[in-house]
Order: sequence, then structure tokens, then C-alpha cells
Amino acid sequence: MSEVRYLKAVNQALYDAMEADDTVFVIGEDVGAAGGPFKATRGLLERFGPGRVYDAPIAEAVIAGVAVGAAMTGMRPVAEIMFMDFITLAMDQIVNQAAKARSMFGGQASLPLVIRAPHGGGLSAGPQHSQCLEAWFAHVPGLKVVCPANAADAYGLIRSAIDDPDPVIVVENKTLYAAKSELPDDPQAVPIGKATISRPGRDVTVVTYGAMVREALTAADQLTIEGVEIEVLDLRSIQPWDEAMVVSSLARTHRLVVAHEAVEAFGVGAEVVARMADIGFDELDAPIIRVGAPFAPSPFAKALEAAYRPDASDIVRAVRRTLA
Amino acid sequence: MSVVIGEMLIKSSSLQSLYRQMLLIRRAEERLQKLFADGDVPGFLHLSIGQEAVAVGISSVLGVADTVSSNHRGHGHALAKGVALSGFFAEILGRADGVCRGRGGSMHVADLSIGMLGANGIVGAGMPITTGSALALKMKGAGNIAAVYFGDGALAEGVIHECFNLTSLWALPVLFVCENNGWSEFSPTERQLATNLEKLSASFSIAFSSVDGNDVVAVADQAGKFVNEMRDMPSPRVIECQTTRIRGHFEGDPQDYRDKEEMSMMSERDPIARARSQLLAEGLSDLWFEQLHAEVDSEIDVALNLAKRSPEPTIDSLVADVYTPRLGVS
Repeated sequence: MSEVRYLKAVNQALYDAMEADDTVFVIGEDVGAAGGPFKATRGLLERFGPGRVYDAPIAEAVIAGVAVGAAMTGMRPVAEIMFMDFITLAMDQIVNQAAKARSMFGGQASLPLVIRAPHGGGLSAGPQHSQCLEAWFAHVPGLKVVCPANAADAYGLIRSAIDDPDPVIVVENKTLYAAKSELPDDPQAVPIGKATISRPGRDVTVVTYGAMVREALTAADQLTIEGVEIEVLDLRSIQPWDEAMVVSSLARTHRLVVAHEAVEAFGVGAEVVARMADIGFDELDAPIIRVGAPFAPSPFAKALEAAYRPDASDIVRAVRRTLA
Repeated sequence: MSVVIGEMLIKSSSLQSLYRQMLLIRRAEERLQKLFADGDVPGFLHLSIGQEAVAVGISSVLGVADTVSSNHRGHGHALAKGVALSGFFAEILGRADGVCRGRGGSMHVADLSIGMLGANGIVGAGMPITTGSALALKMKGAGNIAAVYFGDGALAEGVIHECFNLTSLWALPVLFVCENNGWSEFSPTERQLATNLEKLSASFSIAFSSVDGNDVVAVADQAGKFVNEMRDMPSPRVIECQTTRIRGHFEGDPQDYRDKEEMSMMSERDPIARARSQLLAEGLSDLWFEQLHAEVDSEIDVALNLAKRSPEPTIDSLVADVYTPRLGVS
């Protein structure tokens, strides 16, 4: 067990997957010689050569299309979209082609492709380099979506995503890349669709994922001083998501807060809340509260962005409201 | 019963065999045309009547391990690549025994087991898929190639720029097959495109050839020349086939945007009539044609009857195959 940066875990997962299976290849902008815009693919070109690490031109539609066509032809492509915002340029291939191919062709094809996309703000990167768009993809039948919060899950979910027979969107939060956390010496795959309890607690369930897990844990530290113990439930997978674990946590706490960095309206939280208002209705002792970004594009100015991004204090306020 | 016609072509691409394939596609589509008019085909139906020489000429130089990607006017491409006729009909009728179990329909006929990567409802979308397929084929190193059929209407799509660029940069074995019928759905392409395919190809240093797309031998010869080069040394090629869309954009299209002169030229351009004249000139008898037509019609009858007997898909199948079932993984 050692502490490693999240980015290192991403890199190791790619490396190990390419070692394990020579049909796995990496394609994206600057992923080869430059080692990736965030260095997630550092060293892969040197180890695996230009026949498996493809530096693509700035052309997201064909990057995604290469993944689709190669997956149909027996490969396991891993495409990187430099910033999740740029995935808009690849939507036809992801939504109309990759997601539908299996169902639309009557089960003939499985498309084992992975698209890695960094999301999230905090870098003053402005409205077109900061968005959290995971809900779009979770809404499309045929796609899977994961969003790891720490190094072990980044490693484990990327290995599972590459091993998965269907298209998986791996969403990585940019502010987590430099964060260190524990990675076992022999890291394992993490099953897609399984949540985890990051911190147990009896009073309120806080369902979250990605970088907001860290905020929820900070909120838990603050609330414990007030005598409130929140249970932090890290979804890890957004599509499919671990409904059973959420409802079982709710059965213990009877109060629910759902928090994500993405815009609150029509987000992943809305789906979790709607399901719990249905199947978890009898467990609820208070209204469910969502925490998310305001309904505005992610702003540039430092003070504006700080106000825009939900954090631990927003979760604390939401927890207090649900207990009021 | 399934009728594989693509493999037969590989064995023999004589004009007689090419004629038979074109005739089969034509007669199959004419049956669909009738079924559609009778209300037996759900949804939209885009017929490729008049364009058969392209699909047949191209497929005559491809093998099972070569891939093709098609478009919304793709019946001929699918049949020429070897999609089973009964499964093809059943799919278009929306039946459980369709090649896609009735979930795709006319615009999504596919058979990945023979490298038919699907028709496509999105104009231009086959190009990036084919680019990816070609990369995979090049990585495998067995000399296979990937072909993509698209219309001149797709030339205004932005994605063609990305695909021409990447296939040229990376020397990927993509045969870009443009079926130039002059029409972008309901509008003449000359009003939609400020350049042409030859210039576009030259911009990306991709070898280009324009052929009479209603002459099946001309298509097969040029495709054969290109594909042989591509197998030896992977790199892209563009073949533009000048052809004729005899029917409307879709069945039910009144075509009031086309002038009488163009419509009256149809029979002269018909690729099947032209091949027939050539064969007659080579000495084939009317009897030979009669027998062949009867044989093709009988093949179609058998396949269509099978398709019509296929049940509607069960309602619970609508959620099947959204994801791949995984044993032991929940």
C-alpha cells in the first residue's frame, strides 16, 4: 500500500490494461509524445510504441469514431477527450453510434470502448473547460458512466471499464489528479455499478461522487462537532448506479442529501432523488435536498468560480436543513 | 434458409454474376416498394433503385474479412456484402427473425459476422466508423480494407474533413465510395457544396477516381485496382461513382422538385438495362434472362415468405441487448 496521485493510478491502469491485452490501444490529442495534456498517458508511447498509442489530430468526432469502428473490428480502444466540454464534438459517434449499436443490431455486437474525459472546475478554466456533463451520458441507454473519487477507484474502475464489453465513459475530476490517496501494491478492478460507504454515519445519508466525496468528508468532520454523523456514500458508478446501497443507507438514516459538482437542475441528483422518493418513500423522515452548481455556465473569475462550485459548506447547510 | 450472395461474387465477378447480383437487389427493392405501398413496411424506406452497380461492383472485390459501412440508402450495400436475404426482409418488416431482431429496420441493417458494420441513419456517420475499422484492420496486418458508402449529400458534413485528414495522415486502408446521384435528399448538391470531391481528395493527398457508377464493370475494375493497391500498401482511396437515384429520397416522395428531362433519362442510365445490353451483345439469349429472372424471383419469394412468417418481436425484447449480459458479473 502506498500513497499515489490519482493521475498515477489512471496511468498505471492504462499501462496494466495494455500489458494484459494487446487489443487495448490509446488514442487522443497529445496522448503519445506529450504524454497527455494532464500526463495521464505518460510513458505509454515509450513502452507500447506508436502502433498502440495514437496521437490524434484535434478532431474529436473521428477520435470517437475510431473507437467505435475499431471496437466493431475486434479492438479495445481507450479514447481520451482532453476536456469533457470537447465531447460535444463527438456526440454523434458516442450517442447515435456507440450507445445504440448493440441494441440496434439485435445483440450482434458488443462495443468494448472507453472514453476518458476530465470534468470539473476549480482551475479558472472558464465556461468551456470546466463542465460536468456526466448526466447527459447517464441518460443514454447503452452507455455506462463511472466517476472515481480516489486513486484505488480510478485504477479499479478504469480496469473494469476497459474489460467491459460495452461503451464506458470514465469521468475524471481534474482537481483530483494531483490528490494523493492509497493504492494497494496489487490494485484490483472495481466492479461497475457498486457504490461504497466512504464514511459510515447514522443521521443523514449524503450520496455523492467524484471530487464532491472529498467535500462531503470535510462536511462530515465539521458536522461531527455538532453531534451529527453523516454517512458519505460514494456512488463511483453513475450508470448503472447502486440503488440498493442508497436505499439501504436511507433505511438507517431516514434523511437524504445528494451532492454533485454538476449543475443541480436535471442532474444525476435528480434521478437519485426521484428513485428514492419512489422506492424509499416510507423511509424518509424529511424532504430530500440536492446540492449542485447554480443554473449558470461555469464562470471564469476566481471569486465567481469559488461561489459557483458546491463545497463542504453547502453540504453542511443541506444536512442542517434536512435535520431542521 | 439464407442466401449469401457476397461470397459468390468473390469467386466469380463475371458480368453474368454481377448482373445477377444487381437484379437480385433490384427485385428485392421492388418487392419492398410494393410492400411499403400496401402499408406492410413500417417507418421510412429509402430505395437504392438505379444505384445497384455501385454496391455490386465494390463488393465484387471485397472479401468477408473486409468491412463496409453504409448509409440510409443501404439495402444494396448489405445484400452485396452477403447479408442473408430472409433476415434482410424480416428486419425491414420489423420481425423477430430480422438480422437485427426488428430493432434496427431499413436504416440499420447490419451483419458484423460478415463485416457489414451497419447502414446508418446519420448522414456521414459511417466515415469515422470506417476509419476506426481500418485502423483495427491495419493493426491486425492481414491486408484487409474497410469501405464506406456515402452520398454526395454527405460531402457537406464536417466529419468528412476529419476522416480524410486522419486516413491520409495515418495511411489507413479506407475505400471512400461516393455514390454521386446529384441529390442531397430533396436539393441538388450543386446548391449545397462549394467544392467537389476530386478537389477535396486532392487537398488531403488521397488518390481519387471518378467512374460511371451505372457501369458495373467500370466500378468493379476501378475498385479492384484501388483495393489491390491498398492491400499491398495500406492508404486511403476515393472512388466517386456517378449514378442515378431513380426513386425519390424516400418512398412516398412525389419528386416534384425533379424536372421531366431528368426523369425521362432514367431508363438510359439504368445499370441493369446497360448490363443486359452488354450481355446480349456477348451472345446471351433471351431465354437465359428469362431463366435467371425466374430463379432470382423464386429466391426472393422463398426469403420473403420466410420473413413474413417470422413473428413480431416480443415486447420484452425491447430492453434486451441494451448492454451485454455478463455471467457472474452483476
